[in-house]
Amino acid sequence: MFQAFQQQRWRWLVFWAVIVAVAIAAPAVLPVFRLNLLGRFLSLAIVALGIDLIWGFTGLLSLGQGIFFALGGYGAAMYLQLNSSSGQPNGIPEFFSLYGVDRLPFFWEPFHNPLFTLIAIWLVPSLLAALLGNMVFRNRIKGVYFSILTQAALLVFFNFFNGQQKLINGTNGLKTDVTQLFGQMVGSPEMQRYFFWVTCVLVFLAWLFVRWVVKGRFGDVLIAIRDDEPRLRFTGFNPTLFKTIVFAIAGGLAGIGGALFTVQSGIVSPQYMAVPFSIEMVIWVAVGGRGTLVGAIFGAVVIMYAKSLVSEAWPQGWLFIQGGLFILVVTVLPEGVIGWFKTDGPQNLLSKVGWVRKLATYPKLEIDGNEEVQP
Amino acid sequence: MTTPLLELRQITVSFDGFLALRDLNLSLQPGELRAVIGPNGAGKTTFLDVITGKTKPTEGQVVFKGRSLVGAREHRIARLGIGRKFQSPRVFEKLSVQENLALAVSRPKQPLDLLFGRLTADQRDQVQHLMEIVNLQNRADWLAGSLSHGQKQWLEIAMLVGQDPDLLLVDEPVAGLTDEETDLTADLLKSLAGDHTVLVIEHDMEFIRRLNSPVTVLHQGHVLCEGSMDQIQQDPQVIEVYLGTQEEM
Repeated sequence: MFQAFQQQRWRWLVFWAVIVAVAIAAPAVLPVFRLNLLGRFLSLAIVALGIDLIWGFTGLLSLGQGIFFALGGYGAAMYLQLNSSSGQPNGIPEFFSLYGVDRLPFFWEPFHNPLFTLIAIWLVPSLLAALLGNMVFRNRIKGVYFSILTQAALLVFFNFFNGQQKLINGTNGLKTDVTQLFGQMVGSPEMQRYFFWVTCVLVFLAWLFVRWVVKGRFGDVLIAIRDDEPRLRFTGFNPTLFKTIVFAIAGGLAGIGGALFTVQSGIVSPQYMAVPFSIEMVIWVAVGGRGTLVGAIFGAVVIMYAKSLVSEAWPQGWLFIQGGLFILVVTVLPEGVIGWFKTDGPQNLLSKVGWVRKLATYPKLEIDGNEEVQP
Repeated sequence: MTTPLLELRQITVSFDGFLALRDLNLSLQPGELRAVIGPNGAGKTTFLDVITGKTKPTEGQVVFKGRSLVGAREHRIARLGIGRKFQSPRVFEKLSVQENLALAVSRPKQPLDLLFGRLTADQRDQVQHLMEIVNLQNRADWLAGSLSHGQKQWLEIAMLVGQDPDLLLVDEPVAGLTDEETDLTADLLKSLAGDHTVLVIEHDMEFIRRLNSPVTVLHQGHVLCEGSMDQIQQDPQVIEVYLGTQEEM
């Protein structure tokens, strides 16, 4: 028992040592372009953690996380635009003059304040998620109907943002790479390196946070909601409340991810709310492993990195690979890659091809003296 | 006569014109153990659905501890003190035995309490005690899904007791259990009555006989008769419902 614990501990120590080493070495080793890509994908890992929380643990398949992701991005971009437009006529961002707008729309005003922006980046998506979620959950809409509703909401937001030139530059989006922060250009290599660090730290914090949420009785309730919601009601719990809270948390995480992604991509546009992108987010989690937090991070980073490498070499190829991955997960890896490792997948595979002998105990036999062991 | 703990007054449930329950009256005294039997389709499960808030009665009143339950949501009714065990065992299969019971004994059941609070020492003792009652103390860390059918039945009964309800509604607790397990379950339910009010729905006549409690016979959505097991078995109406009329035989 103690030995197993020690072994586990060593494994985790090695795992974390590798992660920290990679995070420290990456800026020195990788060219700025690659580093920037990695930083962006790590931002997406934060979004994936949120999806894992609501889908992997609570069973809510949201196809509308793009809404919250984009809102976080817009929050960051609005602050940066305002921060850099003091030299412009009327002191408002340049694009407004294209549409003959000479006064800042009211909702831009508070984004002059950096503190407000830092809070709004996660609070606004979170509140919106709580509102949308509560309306859906209280009416006991679940399963595929919930997924369809979230996708419909996504489309509404996508079309709305696309059409609002005078408010947020419509389909062109807001650029951030030529804006200023702390007297530096946001798109400069130094700033990008800085954002990479921030992203690494935030991925870690998000992981800790979600882990804290899913451990313990709160997490048990989430799993109970996923597996048998009516039973939970008769036990005296109100699932609506729990679902609203985790949906809000996932929304907030998506907002943080969106803000980090925006500053590292140099632009936020309604394309962040495109339907395929939100579906891709779900695929990261499915491939990485639903219900395993490391799986969500792994899925987002590895799939996106593979996507960019494949797309460089063979531009049309990625869609086939992505489709293939999805089929693979649905047919043979329902627990995802990390889940497969956790459930002794490698062992089972080896025993299937006859490499090692099957273990005969199920689920495990612990002999502690009180058990009656039958021959 | 004391005021009844639970009273159903003229309950009618209509599913698109089909009357699952019609004009059903029933009352339970505090501490009572009551068995409900009836042929298939008599409305036994619908009757539990009405009490626990899953189905809203078309007409009639459900009164528990002097307040009406009609229209209240399930978790509210559960918190008022009504626990329900389902026909086929329903436990949270991906949670361990201990975690299942911890959810049942948790009070209050609000998100923030669960997130920031821990089980009190009393509650942990209660979980331990419950596992001992149903003989699962060696399975504490097992996933509920890996338990046998009988163990799941017992785990669910233990969860029900852990909720500490005033009224326990137990739907077919011994379906699929061995004779020995059936006897133990009967003893367990008998020991619960007194402190709690227990209503058992069952098909197994031997089990009902062992409970040694008043029996209510449901037929086509209303109460056919009430009485002791012996009285019931002599009742010509009951014989007719269960066995068919003389002519048909």
